[in-house]
Amino acid sequence: MKQLHRLLPRIASGNLITAIPWFWLALFFLMPFLFVLKISLSEAALAQPPFLDWIQEIEDGLVTIQLNFGNYLLLIEDDLYLAAFWGSFEIAVISTLLCILLGYPMAYAIARAPQHWRLPLLMLVILPFWTSFLLRVYAWIGILKNNGLVNQLLLTLGIIDQPLTLLHTPVAVYIGVVYSYLPFFVLPLYATLTRLDTTLLQAAADLGARPWKQFLTITLPQSLPGVIAGGMLVFIPVMGEFVIPDLLGGPDTLMIGKLMWTEFFSNKDWPMASALATVLLLVLILPFVLMRHYEQKASRQAQES
Amino acid sequence: MFKRHPFATTVLLLGLAFLYLPMISLVVYSFNESRLVTVWGGFSSKWYSALLDNKPLLSAAWLSIKIGAINACLAVLLGTLAALALVRFSDRRGHKSLAIMSAAPLVIPEIIIGLSLLLLFVSMERLIGWPAGRGQLTILLAHVTFSMAYVSVIVQSRLNHMDRSLEEAALDLGARPVTVFFTITLPMIAPALAAGWLLAFTLSMDDLVVASFVSGPGATTLPMMIYSSVRLGVSPQINALASIIILLVALAVLITGLLLYRRQRQLPHP
Repeated sequence: MKQLHRLLPRIASGNLITAIPWFWLALFFLMPFLFVLKISLSEAALAQPPFLDWIQEIEDGLVTIQLNFGNYLLLIEDDLYLAAFWGSFEIAVISTLLCILLGYPMAYAIARAPQHWRLPLLMLVILPFWTSFLLRVYAWIGILKNNGLVNQLLLTLGIIDQPLTLLHTPVAVYIGVVYSYLPFFVLPLYATLTRLDTTLLQAAADLGARPWKQFLTITLPQSLPGVIAGGMLVFIPVMGEFVIPDLLGGPDTLMIGKLMWTEFFSNKDWPMASALATVLLLVLILPFVLMRHYEQKASRQAQES
Repeated sequence: MFKRHPFATTVLLLGLAFLYLPMISLVVYSFNESRLVTVWGGFSSKWYSALLDNKPLLSAAWLSIKIGAINACLAVLLGTLAALALVRFSDRRGHKSLAIMSAAPLVIPEIIIGLSLLLLFVSMERLIGWPAGRGQLTILLAHVTFSMAYVSVIVQSRLNHMDRSLEEAALDLGARPVTVFFTITLPMIAPALAAGWLLAFTLSMDDLVVASFVSGPGATTLPMMIYSSVRLGVSPQINALASIIILLVALAVLITGLLLYRRQRQLPHP
């Protein structure tokens, strides 16, 4: 009886602890998507807010429901939207690969560094993340513009005699994206690498495997879940990136986030912006599922070893 | 380290240079006399004094600090509850959906979060009249929603790695769960709560996209102010502002690093 007396408040508190964040997220994270879906099916109008509700009351109690699939049709018909999705996809894929190429050796070097070096090195990788993202992207404008640092350096060294156009090109967007998202890839991969089982490596070394072979046959496959999870952490947000293409990209850098911003703020076409958001969200479900799967796999691996 | 892994170490050094050179250039050119930002015209600190006279920018900064601090407190509260629910009460209803809902805001593009929350706020205002209009309150609600997800991840990792024997001992000796939580669990996860608070504050101070959607007239945050200035081109005042932020962050990270380092050295090696 005494046990039960102590158990009851515990059950109740567990439910309450789950319920509070659950309801907050249901209201402010899940519910909003229903409104995005709803408004994507309505028509844009010169009104406040600028769309027509699908449910219109004509007379007392008599309502009509009018769904408008026009926005989705336009998405397929107009090449602009398809090109923007493709542009975002291309930039997200290439930047993710660049982050892997640059970030993997970085994470590996930190994970294999002497114990007392790891924390300071890790701090160095994280520090930029704590300073303003917007200002770090802004820094690249000064570096890449026509009379910016890169061009001044190359001109002074005599490598070029005409300034290169770097700002407002795809190159600038790639630099900005890799620069901003690199820490997001290095951190989780570092965590995976430090938790790897080292007995296999020792065995391989004892049997005379060369370091490169050890890396390719043991460390790399073992760390693959961490690479995929970290890669998705870059890929997913970059698909919807707005600030980088807006500040560093040119008029020909089509990305879905930038287009959504224009539809919403410049064209005041809320339904079209919502339709774009709905499609982007659907496209991102698969990478999200992949990320969750490999994250769990990586942490299971760590618990086993 | 270099001898054992020459390739990886070289890439690490190059990567760190890539991360830091832009920030260093921001600081160097904030002391430039010339308005042309990247053309050196002699040393000057005039942009810092200009910054102090820029009233709209200062009030935007104050608004961001205010929203950031309240956001951080609420996000730590909600994020800790979410982490406790996910780690300690995995048998409860809604556990799986909570796990997904609290992981998704970390990766979902900000632009979707911003748009969807604005549509929610507009629709809620029409249906129930709350929140009336958009401004500080709606920015705060939006920021808490994505910040709590980050706090939850940090606190979860701490809860997963902490030693539970003290808690169990206290429970066996008849302490009430609430007492155990406040006298044992809370002090043990306190570093994670502090880290979560700082992260939530930073995320809020840094957010342009979500705030642009859910803000209304009269609530201009610091990133919104910076963005409208940056769109017009480079400005030495922004460089001065960036340098101050970099200095503050570097100091904070340095202090935290030293504290962590000392803790690590005090703990006996397992």
